[in-house]
Amino acid sequence: MIAVIDYKAGNLTSVGLAFETLGIDVTITDSPELILNADKVIFPGVGAAGSAMKSLNELGLIDVIRTVVERETPFLGICLGTQIIFDTLEENGGVTGIGIIPGSVPRFQPSSKFDKVPQMGWNAVKQTSEHPIFTDIEDNSEFYFVHSYYPAPSDKSMIIGTTDYADITFASAITKGSLVATQFHPEKSGKVGLKLLQNFVNWNPKH
Amino acid sequence: MLTKRIIPCLDIKNKVVTKGVKFQNNVELGDPVEMAARYYEEGCDELVFYDITASAERRPIDIDMVKEVANAVRIPFAVGGGIRSLEDMSRVLLAGAEKVSVNSLAVENPNIIAEGAKAFGNQCIVLGMDPLAVDDLEKYPSGYEITTRGFRNHTGMDALEWAKRAEGLGAGEIVVNSVDADGTRQGFELKLTKLIAENVGIPVVASGGAGSSAHLATVFNEAHADAAIIAGMIHTGDYTIPQIKQELIELGIPIRHTW
Repeated sequence: MIAVIDYKAGNLTSVGLAFETLGIDVTITDSPELILNADKVIFPGVGAAGSAMKSLNELGLIDVIRTVVERETPFLGICLGTQIIFDTLEENGGVTGIGIIPGSVPRFQPSSKFDKVPQMGWNAVKQTSEHPIFTDIEDNSEFYFVHSYYPAPSDKSMIIGTTDYADITFASAITKGSLVATQFHPEKSGKVGLKLLQNFVNWNPKH
Repeated sequence: MLTKRIIPCLDIKNKVVTKGVKFQNNVELGDPVEMAARYYEEGCDELVFYDITASAERRPIDIDMVKEVANAVRIPFAVGGGIRSLEDMSRVLLAGAEKVSVNSLAVENPNIIAEGAKAFGNQCIVLGMDPLAVDDLEKYPSGYEITTRGFRNHTGMDALEWAKRAEGLGAGEIVVNSVDADGTRQGFELKLTKLIAENVGIPVVASGGAGSSAHLATVFNEAHADAAIIAGMIHTGDYTIPQIKQELIELGIPIRHTW
């Protein structure tokens, strides 16, 4: 069973529809028991970091997320779900994250007034390391992004994909053991995004 | 590099896509879901749907259509027309839309922008505006007045002031839909689009007047639009999306090349 964690941070309709398109059953749930017993876990998220951490706390999901990652259950973070597994987030005056990935999540500081914040739209992901989630996806394919803050892992060896925006190159895809996390939204990224979701479902990191 | 978005616009009237000139004389073009699916397959970056009669007829937006579109495409799309409350926004977003576009509602009640942004996130709230060129520069320093309901209603608001105010209230994006250029296929309005792009920190979408790939290149290069809405030029079959993208790539515009 594939669990999609529903922690009331944004709209999960597009995540559900993307898997429906692929013909893959997922369970959208906030149940600790279901998430702990899942074969794979997807941690999406749209919205503000502060309120997301608050609802994860209230739902008792923070330790659940730590546990599934420690157990090496294949785990996919998306957008805010990726940011929130870092140590610290700059958003909302500073938020302590779940602390699975060492590093921070700073805000874009563009020098040009034409580099808008949020970054909204399609940008290329350069595949800096080979990884099964990139199987049959052309290097520098564009994915859909909507975000004002970006992942900055301390350990650069975790970075598998990078993207250029607002004068910097940031980590748009990272991995740690059985975890992958993307700043972009594969569920909104057309066929390339569907391919990445299919690759995640096919991925068997323990072998 | 962030690519420039090309966004087909589907104006819906009685469940059929229509196209008019300067918001009038609409002709029927086809089924919205079929057209959306075709443009998605052809590589458009996003879609926008306006239920153009919902507002005037004071009826809610067609949620079944939103759901059907959400089933058919795996890219973001916005829905406008007929949105009158947070509940309407919620229904549209939960049906699978990425964004809601407010226009006359925001003019009547600007706080709906703040309320929507707080409830759903800034990125979900698009301010659509219908500016009309005017001569009274004392009253309208930008040279454009905001109109609503297809320029029938004059608001007395300056377009740039309204854009800045909407940004302050929490809008995530602004669509500048020139009343003067709408449906003419003679090129986008550049002056106001540039003025707004230079003065707000959120993405600006140019709308109205697209007739050729060169028009898109100009609005991206000269007016710094982040995205451009196209309608007639593809609805009539004069252009295809792959053709527009190829021509823009040849003109040096950053365009999504894989789909």
